[in-house]
Amino acid sequence: MSLIGSEATFIAVLAPFAAAIVAPTLTRLLAHNAAWPLALVPAAIFLFFAGLVPEVAGGVSFTPMVDWAPSYGVTFSFFVDGLSTLFALLISGIGTFIILYSGGYLKGHPQQGRFFSFMFLFMGAMLGLVLGNDLITLFIFWELTSITSFLLIGFDHLRAASRRAAIQALVVTGGGGLSLLAGFLVIMAVTGEANMSAVLASGDTLRDSGLYALILVLVLGGAFTKSAQFPFHFWLPNAMEAPTPVSAFLHSATMVKAGVYLLMRMHPVLGDTALWTTILPVFGGATLLVGTILAVRQTDLKLMLAYTTVASLGLLVMLTGTSWEKAIEGAALYLLAHSLFKGALFMVAGTIDHEAGTRDITRLGGLRKAMPITFAAACLAALSMSGLPPFVGFIAKEYLYTGIWGGAGANYALTATAVLGNALMLVIAAAVALKPFLGPKVETPKHAHEGPVLLYAGPVVLSLVGLASALLAHDTGVLVIGPVVSSILGVPSTVDVHLVPTHIGAALYLSLGTIALGVVLFLRLDALRAGTAGLLTAIGWGPDKGFDQVIAGIVSFSAWVTRTVQGGRMEVYMTMTFLITAAALLVPMTVAGTWPTSFAMPGFRFYEWGVLAIAAAGLVAVLIARTRLTAIVSLGIQGFAVALIFMLFGAPDLSFTQFMVETLSVVILALVMTRLNLQPRDHRPMMARLCHSAIALAIGVGFAGLLIQITSAPFDRRLSDFFEAYSRTIAHGRNIVNVILVDFRGFDTLGEISVVMITGLCVLALIRVRPKRSAEEALDLAAGDEAVRKREEARV
Amino acid sequence: MRTVIFRTIAPYLAALMVLFSVFVLLRGHNEPGGGFIGGLIAASALAIYGIACGVAAVRRAITLHPMSLSAAGLLMSALSGLVSLFTGQPFMTSQWWYVRLFGVEVPLSTPMIFDIGVYLVVVGSIGSIALALEERESD
Repeated sequence: MSLIGSEATFIAVLAPFAAAIVAPTLTRLLAHNAAWPLALVPAAIFLFFAGLVPEVAGGVSFTPMVDWAPSYGVTFSFFVDGLSTLFALLISGIGTFIILYSGGYLKGHPQQGRFFSFMFLFMGAMLGLVLGNDLITLFIFWELTSITSFLLIGFDHLRAASRRAAIQALVVTGGGGLSLLAGFLVIMAVTGEANMSAVLASGDTLRDSGLYALILVLVLGGAFTKSAQFPFHFWLPNAMEAPTPVSAFLHSATMVKAGVYLLMRMHPVLGDTALWTTILPVFGGATLLVGTILAVRQTDLKLMLAYTTVASLGLLVMLTGTSWEKAIEGAALYLLAHSLFKGALFMVAGTIDHEAGTRDITRLGGLRKAMPITFAAACLAALSMSGLPPFVGFIAKEYLYTGIWGGAGANYALTATAVLGNALMLVIAAAVALKPFLGPKVETPKHAHEGPVLLYAGPVVLSLVGLASALLAHDTGVLVIGPVVSSILGVPSTVDVHLVPTHIGAALYLSLGTIALGVVLFLRLDALRAGTAGLLTAIGWGPDKGFDQVIAGIVSFSAWVTRTVQGGRMEVYMTMTFLITAAALLVPMTVAGTWPTSFAMPGFRFYEWGVLAIAAAGLVAVLIARTRLTAIVSLGIQGFAVALIFMLFGAPDLSFTQFMVETLSVVILALVMTRLNLQPRDHRPMMARLCHSAIALAIGVGFAGLLIQITSAPFDRRLSDFFEAYSRTIAHGRNIVNVILVDFRGFDTLGEISVVMITGLCVLALIRVRPKRSAEEALDLAAGDEAVRKREEARV
Repeated sequence: MRTVIFRTIAPYLAALMVLFSVFVLLRGHNEPGGGFIGGLIAASALAIYGIACGVAAVRRAITLHPMSLSAAGLLMSALSGLVSLFTGQPFMTSQWWYVRLFGVEVPLSTPMIFDIGVYLVVVGSIGSIALALEERESD
């Protein structure tokens, strides 16, 4: 590889994990200023990938790798091409400013170090995801982003809403992850390849495969849940419970685009089929409309932005789903534009919340004097989001309108969806950027003033990049968008990006129409909000409620199963166990007709008969014993007699063990008896006695039949011969039983002693169970918990 | 159960049983015996001592919690399997060393270490169950 060296890519992916380890210590030393040195890590990663851009733009893609689990063919390998480079740049570039922003936003938070740690873990996982070449590597990083997202959403874990949102996100994206894993496994089976680069080179293999529909549905299951497509969109707005840096980074700029990334990545081998161009635009379009309409309903800045993120993801999926070249170009541009303006706007929303103490748009106004820099950044970002020139958002919209209107086939439904969606996004952009700043000054919970540089650096730089990438449209096209489009289409392509439309066409008219519609709607925002609110109240049900219902259903179902299966009556458990044992013995023999027909009585010596008689006498004693303790001891007699039989028939080890086990079981049973405070006598009704005797008889008959059947079959000596031949020579032991236990089948023994120990621990735990505390004590305890929780909250 | 005769004999009996259990454990490779049986004998010794002289006395005598013995045994067994990795052989391939001690050649091996681990697991687990049951009897 001619590039800087494959090691560098590995270091770039591993660096955030290293930063995650040092972050808490550094934060303890430097407090919130730790953000400055920590931000150097993503900045260095950004520079590294920026250095790769010229070569990647030249059409080079490369795949550094090392073996990971060679016996399963899993490698730790990365695939660097246009698409992954753009994502890596977004993750590290935006990540740099997010780390700085986190320093200001969570200033003085007792867990700031942990927060940095989680953020870096996520950054590493996300880089691994977009660069991962091996499908298993990719999947592991995919799941890792879900887990870090869970940790970050639930960062404020003392609030029930955070915990619920975190679990919901984990359930939805984690469930999708499993679907993706299944999809990857099918892909690996069909293509015989484990690497993304090899799969991408497999041409039409997947599309021609009979399993194509299955693969597509499984992969979409992963992508749609991760990228919050309708009807799985509900977790994303709930994820706004996370601190704002998380919302800006994970839930707008990077992680939620993982699904879109996957679709774009797999487009060369899965895309451009009837199924693809039907499912994706339908779901994407629905998501776009649902997202924008729900956004209008909100008054919380973060929630408005969250729903437009859902909508933007829908737009990206819709564009990718058309498989038209121009639309794909629009998607690539929009991907870049959205990460920049949405990251910036989230940070603006966070700054307002941080400085003014609220983010409810109806309680904000007139902040322009107090927060001029934030206001400027908000305006720049909002202009890009609205799709106005001279911002990259405008170019993106030009291209996507060209794509769906003038592309391979004009599609009125898609165009109408896009226009309406974009117009509503303009409404939200204007509302977020203008409402809090313009108008008369509104009294806010905190006295608002401009935040520190840590807070405004991010929004300012990101919105300026949105402007710069549009002004330098040609370079953006050659260096970034072209390689991305090549990756998505799977063929080398160049994209000529212009800021000024080259001709007056449908796209420009659609753009103007969008802006006009948006402005009209913005002026009637309050009426619009009331309207959608009324509509949603009328519907009254949504996937979010559905999620709760499903979870509640699972919980009550498992409670029902537990209640039914584990009623808590030992007698029932025992009866069931023995009944099933009897059935397992008797039913197969009866069905297969293998009942032993003859039984050859072996010729016993008189003392052997004597021992058998003792065993029988022990059993009779158990049955006629008047107290339980006598019965237990009598059972011991039978056990010792059996041990004697083992001895007489040449199994000293077995006999030895049997003696010890019998002794200990009598002792332990006797101890248990005294502990349980049972009545010394056994009073069972006649009916129960008969029933239990019948079960006991059935088991006895079953075992006898089974043993006779086994012993009457010819004995296969192969194993015995093997052990006899090699026990002395290989394992240096004359006691074959012991050699089998500790050497030939030592692994089994290792498992068995683990079980012995676990059993010991469980019995110990059972013995120590105390009766439930009285209700009063329980109340006191709960009150104590409450007090502790309050103290914690006060501290935070 | 706490008769004078029993209480007088029990310590000696238990000591003898523990000694015997070690003997059974070590002869196991060639004669009837082994870690499992040895462990059961030693556990019985603990149980007898506990019944005769009280659980507190047993706990004092063995210093460690019996479950710790059990855990140590499990660790020992698992680690004995790892020794073979240093010679490039698969997990749990037995390794033998012949050491001369006081003019006698003593064969040592990883299966022996493994068996001692089994012994400890059985003593610890069964012993702690028996002791825990006896303990509640007194309070």
